[in-house]
Amino acid sequence: MYDAPHTAEMKVNQKEIKFDCRDCQVYYGDTHAIKDVSVQIEDKTVTAFIGPSGCGKSTFLRCLNRMNDTIDVARVEGSFLLDGENIYDKKVDPVQLRAKVGMVFQKPNPFPKSIYDNIAYGPRIHGLAKNKTDLDDIVERSLRRGAIWDEVKDRLHASGTGLSGGQQQRLCIARAIATEPEVLLMDEPCSALDPIATGQVEELIDELRESYSVVIVTHSMQQAARVSQKTAFFHLGNLVEYGETGQIFTNPVDPRTESYITGRIG
Amino acid sequence: MTDASINNAAPGRRPGSLLSADVRTAKRNAAEKRFRAYGLTAMLIGLFFLVVLFVTIVRSGAPAFTRTVVDVEFTLTQEQFDAAESELFKTKAYSNLFISELDARLEQDGLDLDFDEAAIERLLGKVGGTLREHYRANPGDLGQPVQFELAASSRVDGYFKGRVTRDTLQDSRFLQASDLDLVDALEEAGIMKQAFNWTFITGADSGVDNPGGAGIGASVVGSFFMMLVVLFLSLPIGVAASIYLEEFAPQNRFTDLIEVNISNLAAVPSIVFGILGLAVFIQFMHLPQSAPLVGGLVLTLMTLPTIIISTRASLKSVPPSIRDAALGVGASKMQAVFHHVLPLAMPGILTGTIIGLAQALGETAPLLLIGMVGFVARGYPDGFLAGFTEPNSAMPAQIYTWAARADVSFYEKAWGGIIILLAFLLTMNIIAIILRRRFERRW
Repeated sequence: MYDAPHTAEMKVNQKEIKFDCRDCQVYYGDTHAIKDVSVQIEDKTVTAFIGPSGCGKSTFLRCLNRMNDTIDVARVEGSFLLDGENIYDKKVDPVQLRAKVGMVFQKPNPFPKSIYDNIAYGPRIHGLAKNKTDLDDIVERSLRRGAIWDEVKDRLHASGTGLSGGQQQRLCIARAIATEPEVLLMDEPCSALDPIATGQVEELIDELRESYSVVIVTHSMQQAARVSQKTAFFHLGNLVEYGETGQIFTNPVDPRTESYITGRIG
Repeated sequence: MTDASINNAAPGRRPGSLLSADVRTAKRNAAEKRFRAYGLTAMLIGLFFLVVLFVTIVRSGAPAFTRTVVDVEFTLTQEQFDAAESELFKTKAYSNLFISELDARLEQDGLDLDFDEAAIERLLGKVGGTLREHYRANPGDLGQPVQFELAASSRVDGYFKGRVTRDTLQDSRFLQASDLDLVDALEEAGIMKQAFNWTFITGADSGVDNPGGAGIGASVVGSFFMMLVVLFLSLPIGVAASIYLEEFAPQNRFTDLIEVNISNLAAVPSIVFGILGLAVFIQFMHLPQSAPLVGGLVLTLMTLPTIIISTRASLKSVPPSIRDAALGVGASKMQAVFHHVLPLAMPGILTGTIIGLAQALGETAPLLLIGMVGFVARGYPDGFLAGFTEPNSAMPAQIYTWAARADVSFYEKAWGGIIILLAFLLTMNIIAIILRRRFERRW
């Protein structure tokens, strides 16, 4: 499913930086949820965020496309540079940002509309298709890249909510791809799926690495080891360790990382 | 011995067999049985009262839908018409013609009864006038047989419906015992009979002395125009306010205050809205009195809290994951709400709106204060726009007016009006259920 750690390491080193986050702080009311996190996320790489529940990994992920804006009490500080531009700049419209940084959620959440409309919604509101044929093309391409085309091509106008959990999640991934984002954020995309559907989604994530920078939050360390090239370990709001996945899992620097991956804390 | 056996028992081990219930379990089961019995009793009491209510309404209201008529075929020739028109008392001439016709019909059936014009007037009102008006308006009917359905007076109607009997009847200028012989004879001859009372459904209210001519039609129209006003004002205002409060408004003391006030408004007695309407819409803004427009405005104020509360509840019930999904593909807040959240909340919103409308439809108290009760609509509004501004009544107000009248004949009209009102409410509730079923989707 993915190359041996050493070769991956070599490739990764040549990648350019997509997200450059420095001294990031997030507060929920009085709670300091993210403390001084600095991380550089590379393009065309799968980066995994791991850590125990409540450590802030999902919060940090949601900062990357400003989904925290929807939470009234959340306050974000620090610089989040996407291709050198601060996404929290006053001039940035979060709507434009989210078209560039797509998101897949923990629970599959297709719209209760047809499969076609689920995919076509993003391109429609962003004006990506000039006409019906264009839109049809985008839908087919997205579903193909979401590795679900063969299963749904005969029932594009059936409801998206009628699919199985794994199919729904791949539909959501296809929906996120349809707006042609540059970064794809995934918040525990497999936690509601069975092992077979998980395998399919993981395979898909590995393929998506070709064209996107993928950031995935996961509770499963095996999954992080399987799909990611870089891993960040969060603990109590701090970024404890960030590095090559192979190195983190075989030779962690910080004792807390070691405790977590060997199952002693968590 | 007992002490020893307790001490020797393994800790936590329960004595006894599973096949027999112990004391605690038996008690618990008995409590559960009692509770079920209470619930069932409460339900049966409720059901009993519902049945009583329903039976009473139908039994008391059904007579309003029938009336007693004299169904007679009558032919007037051109010569008879000319002769009658040349008389001094023209309607009396028509009456005499009618009486001789009736006499001939009864004789055919072998019934020989003496009756005069006064008796006919007590039974049927001024027949001569009715006939004369018909022939003057339709000269083409001269010389041809015409089927006349003449409404009997309310006392005769009462005799047919059992309200008036030979024992209770006191001779008066309205009805005499001898008239009842004639009524019986006419009934036997198949001339006098019960017919469906279309006037009750389509007609307007009549004077206090003419219960037979009273109808609820005009106030149905009044209610209809009020509901139009309520629907077109409270639905957009209510839904817009709810969407703003639920999806866009910041959470602070000010919005909290508004929320608390909306919840309280829903519990404000409707008469308060009535006096507010009187003060603001009629006395300050000088809108016409007794008009469905003003009634609609007052009922809008009353319905708004209901619609806002139900709309907010249905917006809240849309899972947040749908909002996340829309925002995640780059929809703006407004797009997320209007493309995804609102359509999913629609069944709840529509149900709430229809329930609010149904409430408004049955409301009488606020109408008392803006003059929709004292006024009696004697006709239909003149054109669509006039429907909003011309004085009219509403169904519950009309029922109230009838119930307050002295003549017992109006009593059955009030019950009949309640049947019609309930039919409208039932229809609206059925529509609400159908809409809910149709728009319901799972996610």
